[in-house]
Amino acid sequence: MNRTRIGKLEDIPRQGSRIVNTEHGEIAVFRTVGDQVFALNNRCPHKGGPLAQGIVHGQRVTCPLHSWVIDLASGAAVAPDSGCAHRYDVLVEDGVLFLDPESRECKA
Amino acid sequence: MTKTKMRLVVIGNGMAGIRTIEELLKMSADEFDITVFGAEPQPNYNRILLSPVLSGEMKFQDTVLNDWRWYEENHITLHTGKTVTKIDRVRCTVETDDGIVAPYDRLLIATGSNPIMLPVPGINLPGVLGYRSIADVEKMLAAARPGKRAVVIGGGLLGLEAANGLSLRGMDVSVVHLCEWPMERQLDKVGGGLLKEALEKRGLKFYLSRQTDAILGEGAVTGLRFKDGEEIVADLVVMSAGIRPNIALAKSAGIHCERGIVVSDTMQTYDPKIYSVGECVQHRGQTYGLVAPLFEQAKVAANHLARYGRMRYEGSSVSTKLKVTGIDLFSAGDFNPVAGDDELLLQDAARGVYKKLVLRDNKLRGAVMYGDTVDGPWYFQMMRDGTDVSEMREHLLFGQTHLGDSGHGAKAGVMSMPDTAEICGCNGVCKGTIVNAIIDKKLFTLDEVRAHTKASASCGSCTGLVEAILANTLGGDYSAKPSKKPICGCTEYAHQDMYKTIRERSLKTIPEVMQALEWKTTDGCHVCRPALNYYLLAAWPGEYVDDSRSRFINERVHANIQKDGTYSVIPRIWGGVTSPAELRSIAEIAERHQVPTVHITGGQRIGLYGITKENLPKMWAELVEAGFVSGHAYGKSLRTVKTCVGSEWCRFGTQDSTGLGIKVEQMTWGSWTPHKFKIAVSGCPRNCAEATIKDFGVVCVDSGYELHVGGNGGVKVRVTDFLCKVASEAEVLEYCGAFMQLYREDAHYLDRTAPWIERVGLPYIKRHIVDDAEGRAELYARFLKSQQYSQDDPWRERAQGKDAHEYTALATIA
Ligand SMILES: Cc1cc2nc3c(=O)[nH]c(=O)nc-3n(C[C@H](O)[C@H](O)[C@H](O)COP(=O)(O)OP(=O)(O)OC[C@H]3O[C@@H](n4cnc5c(N)ncnc54)[C@H](O)[C@@H]3O)c2cc1C
Ligand code: SF4
Ligand code: SF4
Ligand code: FES
Repeated sequence: MNRTRIGKLEDIPRQGSRIVNTEHGEIAVFRTVGDQVFALNNRCPHKGGPLAQGIVHGQRVTCPLHSWVIDLASGAAVAPDSGCAHRYDVLVEDGVLFLDPESRECKA
Repeated sequence: MTKTKMRLVVIGNGMAGIRTIEELLKMSADEFDITVFGAEPQPNYNRILLSPVLSGEMKFQDTVLNDWRWYEENHITLHTGKTVTKIDRVRCTVETDDGIVAPYDRLLIATGSNPIMLPVPGINLPGVLGYRSIADVEKMLAAARPGKRAVVIGGGLLGLEAANGLSLRGMDVSVVHLCEWPMERQLDKVGGGLLKEALEKRGLKFYLSRQTDAILGEGAVTGLRFKDGEEIVADLVVMSAGIRPNIALAKSAGIHCERGIVVSDTMQTYDPKIYSVGECVQHRGQTYGLVAPLFEQAKVAANHLARYGRMRYEGSSVSTKLKVTGIDLFSAGDFNPVAGDDELLLQDAARGVYKKLVLRDNKLRGAVMYGDTVDGPWYFQMMRDGTDVSEMREHLLFGQTHLGDSGHGAKAGVMSMPDTAEICGCNGVCKGTIVNAIIDKKLFTLDEVRAHTKASASCGSCTGLVEAILANTLGGDYSAKPSKKPICGCTEYAHQDMYKTIRERSLKTIPEVMQALEWKTTDGCHVCRPALNYYLLAAWPGEYVDDSRSRFINERVHANIQKDGTYSVIPRIWGGVTSPAELRSIAEIAERHQVPTVHITGGQRIGLYGITKENLPKMWAELVEAGFVSGHAYGKSLRTVKTCVGSEWCRFGTQDSTGLGIKVEQMTWGSWTPHKFKIAVSGCPRNCAEATIKDFGVVCVDSGYELHVGGNGGVKVRVTDFLCKVASEAEVLEYCGAFMQLYREDAHYLDRTAPWIERVGLPYIKRHIVDDAEGRAELYARFLKSQQYSQDDPWRERAQGKDAHEYTALATIA
């Protein structure tokens, strides 16, 4: 894994998200209430809404534009909607966040 | 020791006499030994309803007001079929035709009146009847054979009801009347003409401007001859040419009488032990022939009999409705204009509607309505209150619904009437009394409402209105409809339980709520979290710390996200009033940030569009520097207070709508509400600030401020309901704050005021905001308290660095 250091866990609020700018566009990095982290392309599969601005609950985020719910681990839209926001590998080590900007994949 | 009771004797077992007893029993149930004498053999019945009995729409049983049992239960000695023939004022006794003697300490004369039998030849022939009692009705029914001919002499209210009844029994009916049109005492020529036409369509024949010369027949009536010589055939003649107070008995006892038994404002005759009420009475030169005034008299008489000695009878103004099913007619006051009066006319031949209002000195003097009488009680109310109608003049004819323009038709029209509006004219019951009885006593049927309030219990013309009130009040009573839907899949709890549960169980944070109420998910979802955040914020002002993670993006970053992911920035412009200096600073800031679109919003502010998220705090810093605060254009919170220039500039302005709007905005800004909340203040009823489609609207008038609630623009426009009128700016502020607080505590999250009011019903709002001064003051105090903690400008805080992570990227990688 291509490990790029992007910051510390505490830089992201619980149930929140922050953006990482990359040459392929914005990647949203999420932190759940249980301190798990996930990364998704910051574009909703519906109409491109900025997922990083959504409400994070459980392992999901609700898009701020039309309330599609996206599964953070897979990037897949939760039924009845369908579609996929590409996901990236991200991990925490000693409170430090590492992202692999090349790991983009669609799991839906 | 047994206290000897006072002896009260009542002469006349009719409507006024027995109503007095009912009132008396309410006040002091066992002060009196009561004895009642009635010439009629029946117990007390509702004389008004004889017409429906005649027409076959009702049975006599349905008209009985107090049956035999009632007299027994109240220990009243009742002598029916006994006529009192003598009053001995020295011995204080009365005596009947068959020799019963009863002593009295107080005497009440309620002998009513008799039909006037015209002094023409043949008046005593069999087949010539008056129209006064159930006995008369029975005789008419015995004579009524289909195809036979009946002639009714007198085209007044009673005559027409009799004619209609006989016609419904299959008789061939003619009405003979002295004037050019029927009911000339209640209707003008046009209204009378319309009525005549309608009755002719039902088969009645009219002989107008005719005088009866003689009733013909030998042994029984066979016909009628007019003064002009023409003769018509008749098998039955009903005399309905007016009534005459029945004063013979009183007169023979030396009690001062003129046309009627003369009484003072306390309903006492010249003999202070003797009271009198009803149609036999003459008060301040006036006699009455309708029940409403008699019932007022009954109240006063009872009050004095019970020795409260507080009330005075000061005369009544009366309104009339004709009880002919299918014909709507209403009349009140002086409807023949004299020089200097204004006349407002509406005639809609196609709908068969005619209305005439007579104004004098900007006050309603009289009203005649035909075909559409819904607004009758409203006009009548304004007539009696002497309301200045100059401001609503243009719309007056179209009725109250039109003024309030609630757009819900006649039924909702009833609901927009003020609580003081009289619904049941006979019993003087106003709307508020009915609504309160329905709510407090949990009434569900018309009969229950009748029993508890007496509304619609007499002539029945107001039955439609009472039913509409019942339907609206019950329909709007949210406790009656327990439709509880869980907030979302995370919980079984519904919105309506949330605020209360949070307060009662002292739950202070979202995790606490979720744990205590056994949420099914760890941290809820985008539906329940913002709701809980709101409820907690409303429940614990100053204590609960807003959870930005449970806010939708706009409220989290204090700007409106646009479709391209940029944001809009809309600073607050108090009451829509700005200055060159303010405009200059906005212009400079917009230029500096190369704002792509500057737009004047619908809420009288300036919107800057296309701002990137990173730029927000910088722009806010500059705006804050220039003296602006957030306009909360993104929040479920107070948005704008729209105003017009009002009395400061506008030639129509009645009050300083601009200044008041600014005060209102300064009080309310920053408050969080279940959904967005908009206010407007218009300087006069022309309503340039569109106050009647706002959540809270103020329309200034000369005499104060009209408050309107529950309107909105948007997808489904809803016009406000009229709440009440207040006199001062201070009251506007108090009512506004109290209303917002009630909304905050009571509405479901994401309910705007309109659906909330439709659910709980306007009466509910009125009870809390208008009727209950103490409750209102408490709501207002809670609102102000909560405002202490919510008027920190969120832009200033963020310009100073709060929540910086919201506005910057975590990292940028190549
Ligand atoms: C057909 C009809 C329709 C009406 N419709 C309406 C209407 O729609 N709206 C409205 O407001 N009003 C209406 N009225 C008028 C209303 O009924 C009267 O105003 C009301 O009944 C008067 O009440 P009272 O008690 O004064 O007289 P009453 O109800 O007539 O009572 C007087 C009683 O005293 C008795 N009595 C008289 N003398 C003696 C005596 N010496 N000894 C013992 N008893 C005696 C009489 O027999 C009678 O029972 C109508 C009246 C009639 C006849
Ligand atoms: S609402 Fe009345 S006072 Fe205000 S601007 Fe319009 S006309 Fe003038
Ligand atoms: S009316 Fe429609 S398009 Fe216009 S601002 Fe409102 S939501 Fe947007
Ligand atoms: S863009 Fe995300 S739900 Fe429409």
